[in-house]
Order: sequence, then C-alpha cells, then structure tokens
Amino acid sequence: MRTVTIVGTSLAGLRAAQELRAQGFDGELVLVGDEPHRPYDRPPLSKDFLLGKIGVEDLELADAAGLLELGARWHLGRRAVRLSASDGSLTLSDGTELKSDGVVIATGASARTLGDGLAGVHTLRTLDDAVALRREIADGGVRVVVIGAGFIGAETASTCRALGCDVTVVEAAPVPLSRALGPEFGAACAGLHEENGVRLVTGIGVAALEGDTRVTGVRLADGTVLGADVVVAGIGVRPNTEWLDGSGLVIDNGVVCDEGCVTASPNIVAVGDVARFRHEGAHVRTEHWTSAAEQAGVAVRNLLAGATVAHHANRGYFWSEQYGHRIQFAGQAAAEAEVVEGSLAERKFVATYLRDGAVTGVLAMDSPKPFTRLRRGLARAATVPAG
Amino acid sequence: MIRACDVDDLPDGEAVRLLAHVPISVFHTEGQYFAIDDTCSHQDASLADGWVEGCFVECPLHAASFDLRTGQPTCLPAKRPVRTYPVVVSDGAIYVDTAVAQEAIA
Ligand SMILES: Cc1cc2nc3c(=O)[nH]c(=O)nc-3n(C[C@H](O)[C@H](O)[C@H](O)COP(=O)(O)OP(=O)(O)OC[C@H]3O[C@@H](n4cnc5c(N)ncnc54)[C@H](O)[C@@H]3O)c2cc1C
Ligand code: FES
Repeated sequence: MRTVTIVGTSLAGLRAAQELRAQGFDGELVLVGDEPHRPYDRPPLSKDFLLGKIGVEDLELADAAGLLELGARWHLGRRAVRLSASDGSLTLSDGTELKSDGVVIATGASARTLGDGLAGVHTLRTLDDAVALRREIADGGVRVVVIGAGFIGAETASTCRALGCDVTVVEAAPVPLSRALGPEFGAACAGLHEENGVRLVTGIGVAALEGDTRVTGVRLADGTVLGADVVVAGIGVRPNTEWLDGSGLVIDNGVVCDEGCVTASPNIVAVGDVARFRHEGAHVRTEHWTSAAEQAGVAVRNLLAGATVAHHANRGYFWSEQYGHRIQFAGQAAAEAEVVEGSLAERKFVATYLRDGAVTGVLAMDSPKPFTRLRRGLARAATVPAG
Repeated sequence: MIRACDVDDLPDGEAVRLLAHVPISVFHTEGQYFAIDDTCSHQDASLADGWVEGCFVECPLHAASFDLRTGQPTCLPAKRPVRTYPVVVSDGAIYVDTAVAQEAIA
C-alpha cells in the first residue's frame, strides 16, 4: 500500500492518520477535510467553549508540530464529492482527482436542521455553529428554546442557563434519554433541567417555528406558542454519506462495514460517526468520542493487513456534562437496572443494568472512581483478534 | 518532602492523593511507587481515581492514559504531560519530594 487518503479531518480521521504512522505506514498520506479548520475537538463545543471558558486554541486535537510529524498532504476546505470503490479514485470539490491504494472514510455526521434558514435558529455540530450560537447567547438575558432533550440538547440548555438565559427544553418523547439510559435513569438525568431553573416540556412535538425572517417562537402540536429569541435544534444527526452515492459501497444509515470497520472493498475502511459496523450480529453506528477514537486503530490495522484481522470491541462508553454534573455511561442499557452506590436523590450514584443476572451496562453521575472500576469489569480490550 | 502515608496503607494497584502546592497522587504498581500531578492535563479529573495498569494510569473521565514514569500522555484527549515527583520510602513510610517536580520532556 503506497498511498492512503483519509476523508474527514476530525477525531476519527486524525486518529486514523496517527495510527497509520504509528503502525508503520511510511507511504504517502493524504487528508481531505471540508472544514477550513485544523482538527478540533467537538465535545467542548456545547460545554466550556460555548460557556466562554476556553477558546479556539484549546479545542485543537493536535498542535502544529504534531500535525507536521504526520508528514501528510492536506486538502482543507475541500470536500470529497465522489469515490469509486473499484479503483479507489476520489474527486474533490475543486476538481482535484486523487488516486490511492487505501481510503479511510471518516466523514462523521451532520446535525439535522429545522427552520429553513430562519435567523436565530441554530444547530450545534461544528466550531462555526458554536461561534454563531455563542454570539447570540453570550450576554445572557435571551429566551432560548432547545428542541430535543438528548445529550447535545441537554448540555446546550445547561450552558445557556449558566450564561443567564431563560431556557425551555421541548422533547417529543415522554421521557428524555430513555432509549440511551432507560426510562428510570433517563428521567433522573432529565430532572436536572427543572432543578436548575430550566423548563422541560415533554411528550409533545413541535408543529412549526414562528417568525418571518427571524424566529419569534416555537409552536407546539397543541397550539401553544413558546416565545423565543434563539432556537437550538438538538434533534439528532445524519451520517455524511451523500458523497458516496454511486461509489459502489453499501450505504444504509452510514457506511456498512464488518466487525473490523472494513467495507466490502478491503482497501476501504470507515471509522467514527459515519461507520455502521457489525457488532454482535447486528449493524450499529455509534456517535461517541471514544468509539470514534478506538475504531481508528482497528480499521487501520485491517487496512494495512488487507484483511479483517482485528475487530472493534465497541465498549459503548460516553460521557456528558450538565449543570455541573458528570454523567458517564458504558455498555448497554437493559430493562432491569439498580443503583449500586449513592442515590438518585443526592444526584450522585452508580447504577448497573442487568440482563439475566449479568451486568450489561454502567451509568454514573459524579462518581468517576467506582464507575471506572465497573466499566473496566465490563470491558474487553479495544481490539479483539478476529476469528 | 511531604509524607504521603505508611507503606502498609498503599497496596499494589492503589493510589493516594495528597495536597501539596497542587494535588499530587502517589501510585503503587508493579512493586514501585510513582508520584505525579493528580489533576489530568486535559480537564479537571483526579488521576488517583483512575485505572492503573502496569506503569500507566487511565484518566477516569475521558480515558487518556499517562505513563507514570514520565508523565507523558499516550493518547488523546490529553496532549500535555503531567509533572512527576521523586518518591522516597523510609522507615515504612512513603514521602514525596514536592519541591523537585520533573517537567516531562516532550
Ligand atoms: C456539541 C457536541 C458535543 C459532544 N459531546 C460529546 C461528549 O460529551 N461525549 C462523547 O462521547 N461524545 C460527544 N460528542 C460526539 C463526538 O464529538 C463525535 O462522536 C466525534 O466528533 C465523531 O468524530 P468523527 O471524526 O467520526 O466525525 P465528525 O467529528 O463529525 O467529523 C467528520 C469530519 O468530516 C468532514 N466531512 C464531512 N463530509 C466530508 C466530505 N465529503 N469531504 C471532506 N470532509 C467531509 C466534516 O466536516 C467533519 O469535519 C459531541 C458532539 C458534538 C457535536
Ligand atoms: S479529564 Fe482526563 S482525559 Fe479528560
């Protein structure tokens, strides 16, 4: 393998580049990313960066020296528009044609949007999104309606509140986060909103956004209108795969690949939020930092081997920070769950999820030490040998 | 020199946190003692709460791993090292020389 091109220069793409070099690839390395920025970290965008506690330089995933060390050719601010799986050829938005022996797809996901360009309506996925939202809420005192009480919505609500905004969260499901955490613990986490002076409206959908050029309110399905100066849609993401139409790869809610992140073409792998890999008999796509980081090492190993020699273990770990509380989760939620340390009332606890008596998942709030021990008990190595 | 604890109070695989000019944690692993800055160089987490394996400690928050011998991070999200300090065992007690911080060499 002489040339490898990585498409997407965020966490998964950068980690893949680092892993290629660490695993001894000394050929030509090309990175293509449509954002103009150097690789930056997303989790702080809804937390300390939005709050104004840290700046752009603190978001960098690697400093200039670390990037130079990769010895790569960078095409930033350019989008890949076409891939041919049969010969690995790529076309970029400026017409550049690239030929490579191996391709790493790391194009992540984009936020679902609402409101057709109405001013004051935001999503939060990119640095530019965060800068634009921060400009509107930095001084507090504005009415913010957050649509969607998932992790991004909840973190955004928490930060807006900390900045002194009047915040309402609207969630269509009866209990927020119940798919990720189960109903009991979803409700426990969602309880943080009202405790911190944020209104939470659940079990009702949004009918429309009101306003001519700028948003003035959110109309709910029952006709109620919530006045709003700023609306943030936290309604999920879709994987960035449009550019792969006609590539010959199988696309179905992500780039479909095997347990080792390898597509049907052994010279093309997919990593991070865009990858829908095989895991325990099904195909899953994760949207979390640690899985994106860990998949890179596995995918690169398989790419260099020309075959799936290692599997991604998918330990299902993620964290969130809301209202000064640290939430950590690993594994999988199950119907049966119990608090094993602390208590929900104190907002400091560790809970385990059980199926047939076996622990399938761990959730903790403000309890990093016991959480880490339980998570380790659950975990297998990040890379498991194939076969 | 700051006294951390008795040797008997720090079994292999455990860590103890002490308050010097900054929080410092002392680890006992593989028959040796190591002292490093307790606060992760990424964000505000106590490395004494982390997971020790061999000569490495994994941060309890976002799983960056640090080499206890050098303070260097081995993976993202940490990019900066933590400082290391000399440890002295004397008369059944563990001491940390907090005045001699070693800035890890990148
Ligand atoms: C606000 C926010 C907060 C988060 N907080 C947490 C958290 O607390 N904990 C946690 O575990 N996870 C969190 N996450 C999730 C985590 O950041 C993602 O899982 C991670 O960023 C995935 O990395 P990725 O490289 O796969 O994709 P992305 O980060 O989405 O990067 C993909 C990159 O590819 C580029 N791209 C797309 N299409 C093309 C193309 N055709 N050509 C070239 N480039 C292209 C994109 O512009 C982007 O730069 C958060 C995410 C967000 C947005
Ligand atoms: S706080 Fe230690 S890795 Fe983030």
